[in-house]
Amino acid sequence: MTRGDRRGGRRVRGAALGLVAWLCGIAFFLPVAWMVLTSFHRETDAATDPPSLAAPLTLHGYREFFGVGGAGVSPWPPLLNSLTASVASTLLVLVLAVPAAYALSLRPVRSWRDVLFFFLSTKMLPLVAGLLPIYLVAQNTRMLDDIWLLVILYTSMNLPIAVWMMRSFLAEVPVEILEAASIDGAGLPTTLVRIVAPVALPGIAATALISFIFSWNELLFARVLTGIVAGTSPVFLTGLVTSQGLFLAKVCAAATVVSLPVLVAGFAAQDKLVQGLSLGAVK
Amino acid sequence: MRTPVAERAKGWARRAPLLPALVFLIVVTQLPFVATVVISFMRWNALAPDHRGFAALDNYRAVVTDPALRSSVGTTVLLTASVVLVSLGLGLGLALLLDRSFRGRGIVRTLLITPFLVVPVAAALLWKHALYNASYGLFNGALTWLWQLFGAGDPPQPDWMTDSPLLSVELSLIWQWTPFMMLILLAGLQSRPADAVEAARMDGAGAFDVFRHLTLPHLRRYLELAALLGTVYIVQNFDAVFTLTSGGLGTANLPYTIYQTFYQAHDYGRASAQGVVVVLCSLLVANFALRTVSSLLREEITR
Repeated sequence: MTRGDRRGGRRVRGAALGLVAWLCGIAFFLPVAWMVLTSFHRETDAATDPPSLAAPLTLHGYREFFGVGGAGVSPWPPLLNSLTASVASTLLVLVLAVPAAYALSLRPVRSWRDVLFFFLSTKMLPLVAGLLPIYLVAQNTRMLDDIWLLVILYTSMNLPIAVWMMRSFLAEVPVEILEAASIDGAGLPTTLVRIVAPVALPGIAATALISFIFSWNELLFARVLTGIVAGTSPVFLTGLVTSQGLFLAKVCAAATVVSLPVLVAGFAAQDKLVQGLSLGAVK
Repeated sequence: MRTPVAERAKGWARRAPLLPALVFLIVVTQLPFVATVVISFMRWNALAPDHRGFAALDNYRAVVTDPALRSSVGTTVLLTASVVLVSLGLGLGLALLLDRSFRGRGIVRTLLITPFLVVPVAAALLWKHALYNASYGLFNGALTWLWQLFGAGDPPQPDWMTDSPLLSVELSLIWQWTPFMMLILLAGLQSRPADAVEAARMDGAGAFDVFRHLTLPHLRRYLELAALLGTVYIVQNFDAVFTLTSGGLGTANLPYTIYQTFYQAHDYGRASAQGVVVVLCSLLVANFALRTVSSLLREEITR
């Protein structure tokens, strides 16, 4: 076999593997594409066998979802609740996690490994095991059906992973530079702003995104601890089907709308996401 | 001169940034668990408030002898193990495919991570009603379409959710978690030192040898981490079981069973005992898992 043959063979193999990758990508994406397509169909076209690909497109499902087309509960309060819970808890996570990660990476306290293990081990306890006391306390302090209760719980849910991710991002800051800065007489604020922040910011962004996604998605706590006032979008979604039969197009429209913020954020920041998940974990 | 007082102050200054997070986590996650342990020894059903009292080990006896709980332990193990292993394997394959350069790689990566970004409840609704549904779901619709294409009548129309409920739950979870595994492993592949691979190639190593002796050892920590995080989240899965099957037909896992005891049966004492048993089991697994993670940290230089 000549060198040219081998290179040609490799090119064919590379193209074939690229094709396989494309097919896998399409296969994984297909259910989401189907969800979006169905959301634009009329109810009669949404539920047919075989599926109707060429059916006319309409905004009917979305109008139904937003309550324009008829009776129905408005989806705005749950969407707003989800936004409040996710953004507020993400901010709180960052406020708590960044200093902790700093203490664990750049100026490590003694036995920092044990502390890090403790943080991670709180993730190993199934959330559901603490649910009942939290419910009882909330009942007695009138925090039931209050979105701020979810903010606190989501913060505790995401804090361990956030500390874990942030610590590794901060560990990327070379010690020599920190030492050089302190020899040059830079104080702590200057060091933080000038040296640590530029390295840590992408990490903070990735951490915030992960925290936002997990809060936005959470169902169990929201279902048990909220009701009419503070229900979040996932709770609202589960209520769509049980009420009066199934309206597939409307359900697909709802699923699309509720997923949209995470989809947009995730697509926009996918590089950060890859980096954050890996670095956060291994380095 | 350093006095002990100054030393101590310095120690606290080092620890100070850590304390808010630590105190917060202890208050919000550990204290409730202590309360759970206390309640687990009580006879307490919200529907019979007058009967509240000390129950000794009654709740635990009920938990251990409860066949429903025992089967949900099995379901949890089966569900978690199968979803983690399959999505890890698929994720590895996809990460290897995406590690090569080809036309439209960025688009394919975007397509692949989409399932991870769909809200789990939305994904469960999508699978249950738009894909699995026996009379108008996409899967059976595609079968009908294929059969028509070849001019055959009577396409098979399996009822996915009733015929194999656990498999249905597993498939939807594998679809959601494979991208997560892929993301971690892809990052691992991209941090692989290129010169070592180059050198091995020069020495005449084949693709498989490179994978076996260079890529896999490098990926080990990423594989362990992906498995660990995946396990933590999938053991606790509630959304898919709740939405797809409502725990019916042998798909109730532990979180769902506890939810039912607490939220539907209102048996606070027994739900707490179930919670404690789950935590004890989790600690066994966690102990093992944390040892794995410690191998992730071992090679690091202590600063």
